[in-house]
Amino acid sequence: MSNIVVDKSKVPWWVSNVIVPLVNLTLALLVSGLFIFIAGENPIEAVKLIIFGSFGYIQGFAYTLYYTTNFIFTGLAFAVAFHCRLFNIGGEGQAYIGGLGVFLVAINLSFLPIPIVWLLSICGAFLFGAAWAYIPAYLQSKRGSHVVITTIMFNFIASSLMIFLLVDVIRDTNQMAPHTVKLPEAIWLPSFEAFSGILGIKIRYSPLNLTFLLAIASLFFVWFLVWKTKWGYEMRAVGHNTQAAIYAGISPHKNIIIAMCISGGLAGLLGVNEILGVSHKIQAGFPAGYGFTGIAVALMGRNHPIGILPAAFLFGILYQGGSEVTFEMPNITRYMFVAVQGLIILFSGALENLFRPQIESFFVRRLSKEVSV
Amino acid sequence: MVSPILELTNINKSFGHVQANKNINLKINKGTIHGIIGENGAGKSTLMSIVFGLYQANSGSIKINGKDINLRSPRDSIINGIGMVHQHFMLVENFTVLENIILGFEGETVFGEKLAKAKEDLEKLCENYNFNIDLDATIADLSVGFRQRVEILKSLYRGAEILILDEPTGVLTPQEVDELFKILRSLRDEGKTIVLITHKLIEIMDLTSEVSVMRQGEMVGHTKTKDTDKEKLAEMMVGRSVLLRVDKKETKKGEVIFKVNNLSVKDDLDVIRVKNVNLEIRSGEILGIAGVTGNGQTELLEALSGIRKVKSGNIELFGEKISDQDNFLNPRMLKEKGLAHVPEDRQRMGLISDFKAYENLIFGYHDQEPFSKSALLNSKEITEYSSKIMQEYDVRPNSPNLITSNFSGGNQQKIILSRELNENPKVLLVGQPTRGVDIGAIEFIHQRLIHMRDKGAAILLASVELDEILSLSDRIIVMFDGKIVGEKENENVTDRELGLLMAGVA
Repeated sequence: MSNIVVDKSKVPWWVSNVIVPLVNLTLALLVSGLFIFIAGENPIEAVKLIIFGSFGYIQGFAYTLYYTTNFIFTGLAFAVAFHCRLFNIGGEGQAYIGGLGVFLVAINLSFLPIPIVWLLSICGAFLFGAAWAYIPAYLQSKRGSHVVITTIMFNFIASSLMIFLLVDVIRDTNQMAPHTVKLPEAIWLPSFEAFSGILGIKIRYSPLNLTFLLAIASLFFVWFLVWKTKWGYEMRAVGHNTQAAIYAGISPHKNIIIAMCISGGLAGLLGVNEILGVSHKIQAGFPAGYGFTGIAVALMGRNHPIGILPAAFLFGILYQGGSEVTFEMPNITRYMFVAVQGLIILFSGALENLFRPQIESFFVRRLSKEVSV
Repeated sequence: MVSPILELTNINKSFGHVQANKNINLKINKGTIHGIIGENGAGKSTLMSIVFGLYQANSGSIKINGKDINLRSPRDSIINGIGMVHQHFMLVENFTVLENIILGFEGETVFGEKLAKAKEDLEKLCENYNFNIDLDATIADLSVGFRQRVEILKSLYRGAEILILDEPTGVLTPQEVDELFKILRSLRDEGKTIVLITHKLIEIMDLTSEVSVMRQGEMVGHTKTKDTDKEKLAEMMVGRSVLLRVDKKETKKGEVIFKVNNLSVKDDLDVIRVKNVNLEIRSGEILGIAGVTGNGQTELLEALSGIRKVKSGNIELFGEKISDQDNFLNPRMLKEKGLAHVPEDRQRMGLISDFKAYENLIFGYHDQEPFSKSALLNSKEITEYSSKIMQEYDVRPNSPNLITSNFSGGNQQKIILSRELNENPKVLLVGQPTRGVDIGAIEFIHQRLIHMRDKGAAILLASVELDEILSLSDRIIVMFDGKIVGEKENENVTDRELGLLMAGVA
């Protein structure tokens, strides 16, 4: 095997940040196409269905953006922790507990003016998510327990805790299912169709709501935090080189805790979308894997808000388009699309460096030739 | 006329836009020690990596014994009789010497006859060249000098006729250097060819018969060693005449401003690495700490700069106790009190190589005005400041937005130095200020340190380069095994004397 040595400083940014992810994505989709073919359906038709399902009509597109909202939150959550070199695998649990925060604040303070209820509920989501991330962060920074292990454990603990609460404590006692009562309608976040109604367009129901704008704002917030504040600077310093951070008088303990809490808080915001925006109650298992998919979103988006936005959108397309496909193509089940997501995660995460050296050295050679000619 | 054993013709190698080697021609004669000298980044290591098959040249040819050969990997080079001893040893620490040497060349699945044969061969080799190595010793138990011998032995065992040594003396004591040179001479007498890459002129003069000088990727001259001298070589390397001795005036010593009393410090593994150290530094004085790497200098500097806890004893700054076993000020508080620290390992501690230059230029001072107000970083102010200070300290290229790992070692060091000196510290702790730094930058860094001293700073300088200690310090202490084993005024002290102290024999 030959080792390709690429001088990193000579690789143009667009090669490593655009071309390489696109190649990995294409490969994942090609392999997915093969699976669809083996399952006895036409991959080209499937692609058409995905595109139609996610862009072809307003309701479909709204669904795509609704999924995108969730992925932005969980993708950003992973990215913030990653800048401090912490693998926060616990987005799922933090989102779950964040949901509890939204609900408790909203239902107990619903007598306040509506925008204040919204604001406080958002804070509730953030704080509960942050609190859930605080414990693994504390264990990591003081006791050295690895955050990957503890956050995974905390997903299970969150799940069990929420089931306990939903069954025994906060269940809507008028029925048997593990969910709470609905929030009063007055404090629901305005939905997309309500907005369109104002503009005189009538569209059918979709779960897209005002939280989408909160997600966009979070993108800005993360960019600003990580690159424009001294907190972000210190977090990155600890992440890149803990020894150097100590030398400069930056406390790794403090920054691990700050990074994890902001990460958990962002994951918690998923609860705003799901509970204040869509179902208006806590249902068992509402984070539905968004927390885990967020890891792939962040990896694909190279942990930068500018990358996370398209990556979240892509996964939104896959979720929405995928459900369209399973609807139209009887041979393809929902799980097929879980596999497709898995392939994308595999190619853009685990196998990220499979073709990177070849692609980079190819471009470096091409570009240096152009210069010398 | 002897035909050269190794001949390079018109070798070109570029990395992207940077041409690391331009039309290099080089002939190396059999049975000689050939020096290749040049500043950091002159392309010496790249050239030798091409010869060793680690890189492939873009164009040009390599001949061994007059035959064209194609080197695609180190394996090809080994087959063609080329061996290389890297600056950083490639040894498995918890394997024995024997296991390390046969690694990759075991030749059988279950050890048996071949291992015994290998051991026999190696014992013969050791005897021939006076290596004096126990083949069953574990690498972790060997000193740096012996580890290097293992590397040499490994190359010889694999049939090397041409041995390339990349900066072999960087980590050795003067005595170990002597031993190494003895071995190299006996190898030469046996007909082996040795290529010595170094930036130390004294080694070239001492050991080689021919020398080739590289500058900025080009071969600027070949000469017989006896026809040249240090000054000429230095001038060829840098392209202008260089001041080899530091120009230093008599110092005006002031009050004692930094004092260490009975200090003991543990390392991360709870081993006591600094044992009852006492020292004091006056303003306007440079105190040099000589010693072989790993004798407690690292832990001492870390404790003094607030990075590491003190086990017992205490440290005083301006008569105020700043650290003892119960409490200590963190580095940021010490900076505010006027203590700056240039750490000995810039990659590990001094800067963050993935950060942009401007981010490293404020590192540790990032929460002070004008760089940040409340929580926000003031990008405009930082960039302006960076570009100004990079100009002042001659950091090249002057691009604050460039990622730090793209700067050469010397320029990275200047980034750290400019950051730490700019605040006019009263006490300056400096570790290995010129490790991996080219001659031009060394001159600059030395001048800056002397300048700080003349302005009244108290400077503690730890370095494994004896020349550096001797040319900068006003007073010298030697550390061995965590203890101060000697203290000398820097007059009439020789590197021999210090060398013996460093080795713990005097």
